[in-house]
Amino acid sequence: MTLVAHELKASYAFIERNFNLTRRYWGWEVAFLVYSVAGALSISLIGADQGSPTLLLTLMVGAIFWNYLSVVFSWIAETIAVERWEGTLEYTMMAPVRRWAQLLGSVSYAMVYGLIHTAVILVALILFFPQLEVANANPATVIAFMVLGSFSFVGIGMIAAILPLLYVERGAQMTFVLQSVLLLVSGVYYSIDVLPGWMQVLSHLSPATYVLEGVRAGLIEGIGVDALLGDVWPLLVMGAVLIPFGLWAFGKAERYAKRTGKLKRVG
Amino acid sequence: MTATTTRQSKKDRWDRHASRVTEPRESWGPSAQLAATDTDPTPPALLVEGVTKRFAVGRKKKPVTAISNVSLRLERGGIVGILGANGSGKSTLIRLMCGLLTLDEGRVEVFGHDIVRDELAVKRLINRVSVDAAFFKKLSPMENLLFAARLYGLDAGTARGDAVAILGRLGIAERRVNRPVEQMSRGMQQKVAIARALLTSPSLLLLDEPTTGLDPRSKLDVQAFIEEIRDDHDASIVLTTHDLDEAERLCGRITILADGKVVAEDSPDGLKRLVAERHGQEPTLHNVFMTYTGRSLDDDVEEDGSKDDE
Repeated sequence: MTLVAHELKASYAFIERNFNLTRRYWGWEVAFLVYSVAGALSISLIGADQGSPTLLLTLMVGAIFWNYLSVVFSWIAETIAVERWEGTLEYTMMAPVRRWAQLLGSVSYAMVYGLIHTAVILVALILFFPQLEVANANPATVIAFMVLGSFSFVGIGMIAAILPLLYVERGAQMTFVLQSVLLLVSGVYYSIDVLPGWMQVLSHLSPATYVLEGVRAGLIEGIGVDALLGDVWPLLVMGAVLIPFGLWAFGKAERYAKRTGKLKRVG
Repeated sequence: MTATTTRQSKKDRWDRHASRVTEPRESWGPSAQLAATDTDPTPPALLVEGVTKRFAVGRKKKPVTAISNVSLRLERGGIVGILGANGSGKSTLIRLMCGLLTLDEGRVEVFGHDIVRDELAVKRLINRVSVDAAFFKKLSPMENLLFAARLYGLDAGTARGDAVAILGRLGIAERRVNRPVEQMSRGMQQKVAIARALLTSPSLLLLDEPTTGLDPRSKLDVQAFIEEIRDDHDASIVLTTHDLDEAERLCGRITILADGKVVAEDSPDGLKRLVAERHGQEPTLHNVFMTYTGRSLDDDVEEDGSKDDE
């Protein structure tokens, strides 16, 4: 068996395991879906209340795609947290698997899970707001920006996964800080123009800003990807930088955890 | 299907597993790597030389030395026991052997492979059972075992059959293998943990108190299984235990740790002779333990709340 095949088999192990976990925790999955739909509806209803179809669509896009990105982000970040919680972290870390293979499996599952989860929310919102006019939408732009944004969020997710590796008791909760900062500066529910100047600098460092701009342009205005290159290239650069940086940083953190004995603790 | 046929079928699967364990492995597997080791034609299964591990406990405090200049050697096919009181460093030493902790000083080799330079090669050769049977508790034994099998590059179909055979040998019926682990007793979970380690056919098996907390019958089952692994599957085993009868029954050599240092090392009979000749005591492992660790085993068990050896 070639080394690559061995690593891919290991990657699949994480996909299969995460699928099995989703299946076994089906009650939680239903609850989480209800929570996500209710959240997206609540936010979208602000637009309906203002009587502005554009505002409604803007908020809907924010709610839906923030859900997708945060689900992908959480699954990756929780890769370590779940193992820490179950006490299996040491067994996974001593298995003959390269870390990129482990993270590839977790990331792949996260993206598929995120897409399905988001599709359900989208259907629920369309059923709730039948008056919405999306005939002008450009689905190719929406898909392109979702995929491009996913790469950057994979990198950030890997960096976030360091927190539960190093901080045993509250590491998983600490990843919420990263998420909330991204939510604040990325213009999820408002234009980044309303932010103070120094915060707008951070906005331009967040991949979510470009994803949301691209998705809104495609869904509301029907603009093609070729007209949005100014939002595409930052995502390409961020993905190319954040994924290798995330792997490098995770490797450093793993070595630190092995030096200080932090892998042992069950949280 | 008759009961006899079912039993025969299980035996066939177990025999197939046994033969797979002793046959040459795939190209990425341990045998290939053993053959590739050219520094020593017959390296020991495990070589620990001058290993030291310290842990920082605070910025202004001196680091705690958990393991101090420990050396030991395990020949292929042998079982070495590591005895010591709680906090003596047994589990830390096991973690150092399997790369879960970095070495501050010294070196560890597994079948001639340096644990730092050849990390992946070493990982393919070893597996570990710890005192805590850690699983994804909502998943079934089969789902947990298949996850482990895939991580070690095993074919899922073969692993499924092998898992049933190994679990059957340990007394877990096939009808239980698809129910969540959380529904199993502590003893059964520990048997599943042993099966998980065995499924990957490790050449070096690190057993960290594998029978702690098991009832007497389960303990005997596991001990018999360890003997079977040693005798039929060509595995080398490191065993830490608080059960001195178990150590005497299973181990060819015993190393005793106290405060992270090796204070005695010999065969069980050699240690008993030593304590009789030098200290004038009855030649039992209990007396050996008391003499070299400075405390009785009963004291140790009473304090064994956390099962934490750091």
